[in-house]
Amino acid sequence: MSIDVEQFHGVFFDESEEHLQAMEDLLMIIDVDAPDIEELNSIFRAAHSIKGGSGIFGFDRLTGLTHIMETLLDKARNQTIELDTAIVDLFLETVDILKATLTAYREQQPLPEAEIAAGIAQLEATLSALDDAPKGDSVQNQDAIEEDDGFGFFDDLPEPDSTSETVEASADTDDLFGDLAFGADAQNAERAAPQATTEEEDGFGFFDDIVTPDVNNSPQSDEAFGFFEELPEPPKTPVASVTPIQTAAKKPAATNNSSAARESGSIRVDTAKIDGMVNLVGELVITQSMLSMIGRDIDGQSGEMLQAAIDELQRNTREIQESVMSMRMLPVNMTFNRFPRVVRDLSQKLGKQVKLVIEGGATEIDKSLIEKLVDPLTHLVRNSIDHGIESPQTRAEAGKPESGTVILSAQQKGSSIIISISDDGAGLNRERIMDKAVQNGLPVSLDMPDSEVWQLIFQPGFSTAAEVTDVSGRGVGMDVVRRNIESIGGRIEIESNLGKGSSFSIHLPLTLAIVDGMCVTVGEQIFVMPLLNIIESFQPKPEQIQTIGNDNVLWIRDEYWPLVPLHQMMQVDDAIAEPTESIIVLLESGKNRFGVQVDALMGQQQVVIKSLEKHYKKVAGVAGATIMGDGKVALIIDVDSMAQSCQLTIKHEVCA
Amino acid sequence: MSDSTLQQSPVASNEKEFLSFVLGKEHYALDITTVKEIRGYEAATKIANAPAFIKGVLNLRGDIVPIVDLRLKFNVGEATYNEFTIVIMLHVHERIVGVVVDGVSDVVRLTDEQILPPPEFGVAFDSQYLHGLSEVDDTMVILVNIEKLITSDALALVDSNPNMSLAG
Repeated sequence: MSIDVEQFHGVFFDESEEHLQAMEDLLMIIDVDAPDIEELNSIFRAAHSIKGGSGIFGFDRLTGLTHIMETLLDKARNQTIELDTAIVDLFLETVDILKATLTAYREQQPLPEAEIAAGIAQLEATLSALDDAPKGDSVQNQDAIEEDDGFGFFDDLPEPDSTSETVEASADTDDLFGDLAFGADAQNAERAAPQATTEEEDGFGFFDDIVTPDVNNSPQSDEAFGFFEELPEPPKTPVASVTPIQTAAKKPAATNNSSAARESGSIRVDTAKIDGMVNLVGELVITQSMLSMIGRDIDGQSGEMLQAAIDELQRNTREIQESVMSMRMLPVNMTFNRFPRVVRDLSQKLGKQVKLVIEGGATEIDKSLIEKLVDPLTHLVRNSIDHGIESPQTRAEAGKPESGTVILSAQQKGSSIIISISDDGAGLNRERIMDKAVQNGLPVSLDMPDSEVWQLIFQPGFSTAAEVTDVSGRGVGMDVVRRNIESIGGRIEIESNLGKGSSFSIHLPLTLAIVDGMCVTVGEQIFVMPLLNIIESFQPKPEQIQTIGNDNVLWIRDEYWPLVPLHQMMQVDDAIAEPTESIIVLLESGKNRFGVQVDALMGQQQVVIKSLEKHYKKVAGVAGATIMGDGKVALIIDVDSMAQSCQLTIKHEVCA
Repeated sequence: MSDSTLQQSPVASNEKEFLSFVLGKEHYALDITTVKEIRGYEAATKIANAPAFIKGVLNLRGDIVPIVDLRLKFNVGEATYNEFTIVIMLHVHERIVGVVVDGVSDVVRLTDEQILPPPEFGVAFDSQYLHGLSEVDDTMVILVNIEKLITSDALALVDSNPNMSLAG
């Protein structure tokens, strides 16, 4: 057999990771008192797929561990044993070991042998303890022993059980590499099936003709994967607690649904390919706007035809752009789904009762952002549980329910995504933060608004935790959290009520590559302002402009707004200096609002963000550059840094 | 300037190719392997708070590249911009930088023996950015160590000091 199997390793690793994640997710929601058989089946199937795949590729450490886990799972779903929290915990630990092992195989690092051995030992111990119980079932025990040696798919002479394993793998429609195994097994299966069926756990139905006689005798055949049809439930199952009718009725629908959904077509594509495409589409957008500029100058009939064609092109470009961008989009759940586990482990460790509520997990966000969100979110969630949620007693004394709630939510608002982590815990303590700030020598004043006090916790080395735990309190973190979020173009805001809880919201752009912008002119130059930050624009009346010191401020809606003349900030000559003759664009960044004075508005346009730092360096007040329709470079205004700098100027003047 | 000439190995083992150019009345040359392309000058987009010798940024087929006027930086000749003004696009350390010069003259081949050590004075360039001196057709040509110049703090093209302040 000379097929190069290494090319399938990547697929196996990816799929196994998904299976492990699915197992973990299901284990988290399982109700130990009344487990849903379908959920247990799914967990079992996931473990089984990993076992089958790892057997094919010779990752025998994975095979060994999943095998024994599967045996235990099988008993659980057959209800030969009763689930309890200890067993679920054990499964979760096993999933962790499997993840570590998988990563080790993938990165060709030394395997975590000690953990694997310990995991196997623990599973075996649990298994034998349960087997001693009256419900024990000797057939399975034997099955475990027989199958224990790897599943040498590549052995010259396959063992009977190896065939049965690979047959299962090939019958499993979820596994891409099943195709690989299939050809060889079809021949082997015929030879080996009669023996193999003694261990045939899953009456697959695919090999019906051969298997059927034995299946009915097999005590574990209720799995019924049903490639094409559902096998009848064996009536002679020795376990009294099985409820065949109910499960049989539920299974076909569930199995068909999930396999139909997956077959409906997804392919794995290297992200580099998609990134390359995003770049090309960016170039296409630029070329298209160049064309439409040229098109405007052409008159007559051919001009009209050109214009129509360009309009068509514009529509198509936008659609291509949207669909390419959507390829990079993934549901936030990819990040969120790890948190039930984090919350569970942490709350157990800290002796707190915490309920996690996830909202809006289906909201989609750029893949590159998903990966970078994991660390900051984990940190914030841990913080909420460690610092935010109080112990059950304290909560009871404060008249709150003993169990705290952490809400993790995502929602799309315009072209930004807001992810928030809220808890109903103690909230931030203004006094403690102020004390700590004074200790750390930070400039504070007693009449600082809350919003500014909360921002202090993002200072390096800032932690008000009374004692350092291994969970948090070392003061490294919040500054890193903010830096991580800012590095992906986002910002973080805090709201907090003492005694009622706090909420951290992360505002992120939908994508990092393209921004909806308003093009404005200042003198000869064009600047782009992100549409997201614009509140409105207008020509000011003389009475709306007031002078404080040497600076103008705006008086709108009974409030003073800082006014930044863009031509001064960007040092542009021949711009309109008089505010009443120019246009004011009101911008908002976080809680900061200010007006920017420009000469004129040119119009709204999608622009591709190009880095200035690639060949030059970061320019203050500029987020990046873009290429306009005529090939000229326009700078994109960095509203956040502009807001901060005008906050500083204002404060400076107030203090002075 | 095609890439193929850039890749051709010199005939003699110690012979190198240089692109000679004019700043004011002086003749300079730089290592031709750093040259990406040569193009006419066009107005660049100004960058706020940048030194005067940085003319701004330009779109080079999708890349945003800074343009440096060496005449302004080293006070040679007059910084006029007309149809003869040339921008040499350099590719140095993964970065592309455009350099404004009065004109390009020739590609010259020089062996190590033909290159004399740089003078300590008398040239506009700081001698630390010079590679040496040579004579081509009875004209003195100053060889510039362009890599060192582009990455130097003097040009401030590379983010070395992050404490840039915002002018309000």
